[in-house]
Amino acid sequence: MLSPINVSMESLNLMTLAPMLIPVVGALLILVIDVVKGGLHKSLYVVLSLLFLAMDFVAIVDSSGVFMSNGTMLGVFDVMLIDGLAILAQFIIVGASMLFIPLAMTHKRFHEFSYPEFFALFLFMIAGFQFMVATDNLILIFVGLETSSLALYTLIAMHNREKSFEAAVKYFTMGALAAGFFSFGAMIFYALTGSVEINKIALVLAANGYADMGFVLVGVAFFLAALGFKLSLIPFHTWAPDIYEGSSAAMAGYMSIVPKIAGFVVAMRLFEFLVHSHIVWLEIVLYIFVVVTMTASNMWALVQTDVKRMLAYSSISHAGFVMSAILIGTTQANSALFLYWILFSFTNLGSFSMLWMSRQKHLPDNQSSDHSYDKFAGMIKTAPVAALIMGLFMLSLAGVPPFALFWGKLYLISSAVTSGYTVLALIMALNSAIAGYYYLKLIVYMFMKEPIIADGGHVYVSNATLALKTIIGIAAIGTIFAFLAINPLLEFITAFVYNSGY
Amino acid sequence: MLDHILSILIFFPAVAAVFGFMIQKDSMRAYGVAVAAIEFALSLWLWYAFDNSVSGMQFMEHLPLVPSFGINYTLGVDGISLFIIILSAFFTLLGIGSLTDTPNVKYMIITLLFLQMTMAGVFAALDAIVFYVFWELSLVPMLYIIGAWGGPLRIYASIKFFLYTFTGSLVMLVGMLFMAYFYYQATGTWSFALLDWYRLILPETIQLWLFVAFFLGFAIKVPMFPFHTWLPYAHGQAPTIGSVILAAILLKMGTYAFIRFSLPLFPDASAFFMIPIAVIAIIMVIYTAMVAYAQKDIKQVIAYSSISHMGIIILGTFALNVEGISGSIFLMLGHGVVAGALFLLVGVIYDRRHTKMMSEFGGLAHVMPRYATIFGIMMMASVGMPLTINFVGEFLSLLGFYQQSHILTLLAGVGIIVGAIYMLAAYKKVFFGEVTNEKNENLPDINKKELFGLIPLVIVAIWLGVYPKPVLGPINKSVESIVQLMHNKSTSELAKARIPNLIKKRVLVIKKTVVEEEVR
Repeated sequence: MLSPINVSMESLNLMTLAPMLIPVVGALLILVIDVVKGGLHKSLYVVLSLLFLAMDFVAIVDSSGVFMSNGTMLGVFDVMLIDGLAILAQFIIVGASMLFIPLAMTHKRFHEFSYPEFFALFLFMIAGFQFMVATDNLILIFVGLETSSLALYTLIAMHNREKSFEAAVKYFTMGALAAGFFSFGAMIFYALTGSVEINKIALVLAANGYADMGFVLVGVAFFLAALGFKLSLIPFHTWAPDIYEGSSAAMAGYMSIVPKIAGFVVAMRLFEFLVHSHIVWLEIVLYIFVVVTMTASNMWALVQTDVKRMLAYSSISHAGFVMSAILIGTTQANSALFLYWILFSFTNLGSFSMLWMSRQKHLPDNQSSDHSYDKFAGMIKTAPVAALIMGLFMLSLAGVPPFALFWGKLYLISSAVTSGYTVLALIMALNSAIAGYYYLKLIVYMFMKEPIIADGGHVYVSNATLALKTIIGIAAIGTIFAFLAINPLLEFITAFVYNSGY
Repeated sequence: MLDHILSILIFFPAVAAVFGFMIQKDSMRAYGVAVAAIEFALSLWLWYAFDNSVSGMQFMEHLPLVPSFGINYTLGVDGISLFIIILSAFFTLLGIGSLTDTPNVKYMIITLLFLQMTMAGVFAALDAIVFYVFWELSLVPMLYIIGAWGGPLRIYASIKFFLYTFTGSLVMLVGMLFMAYFYYQATGTWSFALLDWYRLILPETIQLWLFVAFFLGFAIKVPMFPFHTWLPYAHGQAPTIGSVILAAILLKMGTYAFIRFSLPLFPDASAFFMIPIAVIAIIMVIYTAMVAYAQKDIKQVIAYSSISHMGIIILGTFALNVEGISGSIFLMLGHGVVAGALFLLVGVIYDRRHTKMMSEFGGLAHVMPRYATIFGIMMMASVGMPLTINFVGEFLSLLGFYQQSHILTLLAGVGIIVGAIYMLAAYKKVFFGEVTNEKNENLPDINKKELFGLIPLVIVAIWLGVYPKPVLGPINKSVESIVQLMHNKSTSELAKARIPNLIKKRVLVIKKTVVEEEVR
C-alpha cells in the first residue's frame, strides 16, 4: 500500500512553468478554433501566435525580474531550473520567433500557412525549446529536444515541395540518430553517478576524482555527437545544407538561430564543467571541432552557386565560431556567446527574409535553384533599396564594423585573447576574412553586374507585404544601430551569465 | 559649434549623402560640389581655429559608447592629422568637381561622400575601435567605386583590394584586443583609448609581437613590399576618381597609422625593426621604380611610382627622429597632391582617347600645350625637384634617416634618381617628338572642368614647395612631442640610442657648466 505523498504547492513553484505553458495554451487554442470553425485565413493565426508569443515574452521578462532579485529558481520537484542562461536563451528563442512568425504573411500563397496546424506545431515547438534550456535534468532536456524536433520535422515537410519532403525525412533520420546518441550519453552518466541532473553529475564525478575516466569519455563522445548534430558541427553537419535548401527561406533562417541557441545552452551546461575539470581530451576535441567547423564550412561556402546554400554553410561556420565560447568557458566568453547570437539572429533572420521576399512560386526555366547568384545580378539597378539592405546584411555577417555582428566577433575574439587562446583568436580572425569573400560575392553580383532578369526588379519584392517589410526594417535598423545597444546588452547579459555561475 | 567640429566634419558628408538619394539625377553634381565645398570650408575653419602653439590633441570630443568594455567615441586632431583631414576634404571637392561623364553619377557622388566620412573618421579617431570602424568602413565605398565603375578586370581588382586589406586589418584587430587586455591587466579597467595606451609601457617581447600584428594591417594598406600586389590592379582598374582618392588619401591611412599607433605604442619594437623595415622600404623604392620603368601603361607608371614614394615615407617614419617623421608626414601631403594630380591628368587623356598606353601617344605637347605644361609641372614635383612640394618631404625624410644609416639613405637616394629616369622617359614618350598617331592630331586641350581640379593642385604643389612653414610648423610641434614620448617610454638600450631625446640635452649642458664653475 503506497502512502499518499504530500507535496505543498508552494514548493512546486509552478510559476517557473508559466513561460512554457503560454505557447502550449496558445497552440491548443488554435487547434480548438480550427475545430469550431475551419477555413479561416492565416492572418488570424499569425496574429494569435504573435499575441501568445508576446505574452510569453512578458512572462520571461517577469521571471528575469525575479532572477535579478532572488537568484536562480528551482521548481516542479527541482526539475525546472530558471537561471540566467535559461532566461537569456528564452529571450532569444521567443524574440526570434516573434520576428519569424509574421513572415508567414507573404503576398503569394504558400501551402503550409493555410493549415492552422502549422501555427499550433510552431508554438509547441517553442515550448519544447523553452523546456530544453530551462532545466538541467537530462530527461527533460531530452523531452524538450524531441518535442521541438518532431514539430520542426513536420513544419519543414509542410512546405510541400519535393525537396522539402526529402529534407524533412533526412532531418528526421539524422535527428533520430542524434536522439539515440543523446539517450546513450545520458544512460552512461546515469550509470556512473546515479543521477540525471547535470549539477549532481558534476558533483559526484568531482567527488570520486573522475575515477572512471574511460566511461566519462564515452559518455562525452555520445553527447558530443548528439549536440553536434543539433549545432551542425563538422562532421555532423551533413544534413544542414540540404535541409536549409529544402525548407522555405524563412524557415531556414529560423532553423539557423533558434534550435542552435537551445543546443548551445545545453552544451554549455554539459561541457563547461567538464572543460573546467581539465579533461584534456575534451578540450582537444572541442578545439578541433571549433577550428574545423568554421574553416571547412567557410571553404564549402566559397564554392556554392545558390545564395541559400551559401548562407546555410555560413551559418554552420558561425555556429563553429560561437562554439569556441564553450571551449574557452569564461564568463566573458559565455556572455559573448549570447551577445553574438542576439546580434546574429537579427542579421541572419534579416538576410533569410530578404531571400524569402524574393521567392517565386514556381521556378522559372532559366534558374537552376530558387536563389541562385544570377538571380541577384544587377539588383542595384532594378531594386536599389532591397539591394542596399541585402548588402548591409552581408557586410554585417562578414563582420564589417560598425554593423551588428562585428561587436559580437569583437567580444568573442577578445574573450579568446583574454583566456590565452592566442592561436584560436588568430584563426577566428582569419576565418572572418575568408568568410568575407563569399559575402562579398553576393555584393559583387548585386552591385557590379548587369541585371539578367528583366522584370524591373519586381522579382526581389514579389512577396513583399507590410508584415515582411516591417520585419526586414526591424532587422536592418537593429543591424545598423547595434552599436548603441551594445553597452546595455552587454551589461545585462554579463550580469545574468555571471549570476548563474558560468 | 567648435566643440563638435570634428563630429560635424565626419558626419556632415554622410548625412548629406543619405539626403542625396532624394536629389534628382541631373542636379546631383551641383549638390555634391556644394556639400564637398562646405566640408572643405569646415576643414579650413578647423585649421583657422587650430592653435599652432599646442603640441597635443585639440578639439577633443568624448562620448561613451560601450563603457563596460572601454570603447569610447573619442576624437581629436593634432598637427599630424589636421592637414590630412584638410587634404581629404580638398580631394573630395576636387574629385567631385572634376568628375567627367560617369554613368550613374548620382550613386558615385553618394559613395564619394560616404568615403569622405570614413576618411575624416580615420584621421580624427583617438579610440582604437572607432579608428578600426572607420578604417574598415572605408573599404566598402572604394570596393564599390572600383567594382562598379572600373575597367574590364574591375571585379577581380576590387575583391583583391577588399580581401587583402580586410585580412590584414583583422590581424590588427587581434593586436588591438591584446593591447586592451594588457591595459586591463595593468590597470584593472578596459580601455581602447589611444591616449590611455600611450601611457602603457610594455615589455619588449610583447611589443615585438604586437608590433608585428599592427604592422600587417598597416603594411598591407600602405602597401609595403611584398604586400603591394593589390595596388597596381586597383589603380589599373579603378576609374580616375577612384585612383585619385586611393592614392591621395587611402594609402596615407597606413603610414599615418604607423605614426599614430606603432611608433608611440611600441618604441622599443620600432627601434628593433628599424633596419629590416628600412630595407623593405628601400626595396620598395628601387624595385618598384624599376618596375615602373618597364610599364607600357602610363597609369601603371604612376601607380608604381606611388609605391616607390610610399617607400620613402616609410623610411622617413622609421628614422624615428623629428626630421624624418615630420618629413614623412609632409611627404604624405605632398605625394597626395602630386599623385592625385597625376591620376587626374591621366584621366584627362583617357577620357579623350580611351587608352592609357604610352605607345598610342607622342608629341602631345604640340596638340595640348596647356595639358603638357601642367603635366610637366606635376611630373617635376613627382621626381622631387626643389621648390616643389615633394622635395621638402623627401629631403627631410632622407635627412632624418641619414642620421641612422648612411648607406641605406644613399641607396634610397639612388631610387629617387631612378624615379626621375622613368618619369622623364614616360613624359618624353607621351609629349615630345612628332605627332605620330593621327588620332591624336585633333585632341582638344584641357577644358574648364578639368582645370578646376588641376589649377588648385598646381598652386598648392608650388606654394608648399616654396614656403612650407605654415604646414610644417604644426606638424613639427606634434612630432616633437611624439618623439619625446617615444624616448621616455623606450626601455631598451637600442631604442634609447636610436630615438633622440629632445629635452635632456639642454639640461645636461647646463649641469656641465655648473660643475666646471665649481671646479674652478
